[in-house]
Amino acid sequence: MSDVLLEVDTIHTFIGQFHILEGVSLKVRTGSITALLGRNGAGKTTTLRSIMGLNPPRSGSIRLAGEPINGRPAYEIAQLGVGYVPEHRAIFRDLTVEENLRLAERKRGDLAKRSDFIMSLFPDLKRFYRHPGGKLSGGQQQMLAIARALVADNRLLLIDEPSEGLAPIIVEQIVAALRQMAAETTILLVEQNFAMAAQLADEYYILDDGRSVQHGRMADLVHDHATIDKYLGAG
Amino acid sequence: MRDRFTSSQWAGLTLIGGLIIFPFVVSLFTGQPVESGVPKFWQGMLIQVFILAVFAMSYDILMGYTGILSFGHALFFGTGAYTIGILLKHAGWDLGSALLAVIVIAIIQSLIVGLLSLRVSGVYFAMVTLAFAQMFFLLAEATDFRQWTGAEDGLQSIPVPAWISPTTERLRFYYVTLAFAIIMYLLARQVVNSPTGRVMMAIRDNETRAKVLGYHTLTFKLIAITVSGVMAALAGAFNALWNLNANPAVLGVGTTINALLMTIIGGVGSLIGPMLGAGVIQLLGYWLNVFFGPSWPLLFGIVYILIVLFLPYGIVGTWRLRSAGWLAMWRERSRSLIRFFNHP
Repeated sequence: MSDVLLEVDTIHTFIGQFHILEGVSLKVRTGSITALLGRNGAGKTTTLRSIMGLNPPRSGSIRLAGEPINGRPAYEIAQLGVGYVPEHRAIFRDLTVEENLRLAERKRGDLAKRSDFIMSLFPDLKRFYRHPGGKLSGGQQQMLAIARALVADNRLLLIDEPSEGLAPIIVEQIVAALRQMAAETTILLVEQNFAMAAQLADEYYILDDGRSVQHGRMADLVHDHATIDKYLGAG
Repeated sequence: MRDRFTSSQWAGLTLIGGLIIFPFVVSLFTGQPVESGVPKFWQGMLIQVFILAVFAMSYDILMGYTGILSFGHALFFGTGAYTIGILLKHAGWDLGSALLAVIVIAIIQSLIVGLLSLRVSGVYFAMVTLAFAQMFFLLAEATDFRQWTGAEDGLQSIPVPAWISPTTERLRFYYVTLAFAIIMYLLARQVVNSPTGRVMMAIRDNETRAKVLGYHTLTFKLIAITVSGVMAALAGAFNALWNLNANPAVLGVGTTINALLMTIIGGVGSLIGPMLGAGVIQLLGYWLNVFFGPSWPLLFGIVYILIVLFLPYGIVGTWRLRSAGWLAMWRERSRSLIRFFNHP
């Protein structure tokens, strides 16, 4: 059996009349962290949304553990074991931390089983367990959004810009948490903060204008300043 | 948290106790028998509040808890009224069977309306539900079915069983509708506090986020519209029993707007708020009518604007938001007072 968990093959995605993804391909290996890099508007978020079924591609294929998933609705893809952490701290603001986490249960007892692990990653959530999600700080909301994806037994996590707008000290906590999570699951990470992505990822794909233009080992990319300057604008 | 829960439970029990003895208190103060005169009049007033409270609460499940705005909620209320009226008057059914039929028909109707309209959302859904309600309104008015519905005159003289007659057994009818409102409230509370209720609230917050957690949101929206539809239909049935008739107005836009007003005035997403809103609308309407005559709707409009301006989250919503602040302020003032008396 192949160790490729997710395989995206030449997908073309449109949003309205705009052709956003023009043949994106990538592979995510089981147990790895793969970073999806690129400038603003390169198509990173649309790639995650296409995988999740929120912006289904018009052509190309997406396979999860060999099973085609493109064309399936988002809730079915989630039930196959794909956790999605959208950008902008996508929590349910009116519900408490506990209710947010409980909503992510797919089987009764999921939260009880993984609660200790989640609270060890994000101790703040324990403190505000019965507070409405909307009252948490930006960093805590991001932690809650990530924690929610950990409640169910997900095979793959799609995480979009976890460091967006957060203070460096919070970013460090999230990096530490993601590193621990990588031991348990597979992660496809979209991240603008190259320094953060470089600390975490085993492999990378670079998107530019809706196309995947380069991929390889992250350890090699950190020394490739020409590529970083050309596609990421970060030194 | 535990204390607050206990105190709100206690407040609820006090309110129920107050409503149970209310007819006798009015009788005591007026010196009139409990089954006639002013006590009987006020029982009638509260009966209408109880029925409207259930209707408003059903709207709150849809709008307040699931975030679905409907302009056609009168459809369920009116269908409930006509169903019980036709079954009692023309089919000769007994009351229990007729009420059961109201529930079954409401379930079928909610599922059909939901499946056909919940694929669109927001204002589009609202317009589709409005179209459904108008369709039934026209059906109720149609002369082709006059022998069943009474067409524009409505279905008159519904034969309500003597033991529950709102004219001769008003006090009994009062307690039956009070029990009906309490049972509906407890059921609604059970629904919104259940895991299904949490998903409904998640859909209200952001439907896409609920989908990516693995929820087939259409199923949960169908559950919400069915629970809401059944409650509204039962309220409509009791309304027909109370008025002894069902006329096309119960299916009109005005009935839906009434539910919307009660929910907004009382407080969206609180269950108890819309019940309170029903009381405010019914009693305020009565008093404004007594003091200002036919121009009362104009004054009510002004009162409504003032409520929206000064209580933007409705009565219960604003109370909940401010009570924490007020509580802290009173605690601080009590402490200052104690400090002053200890060390003047």
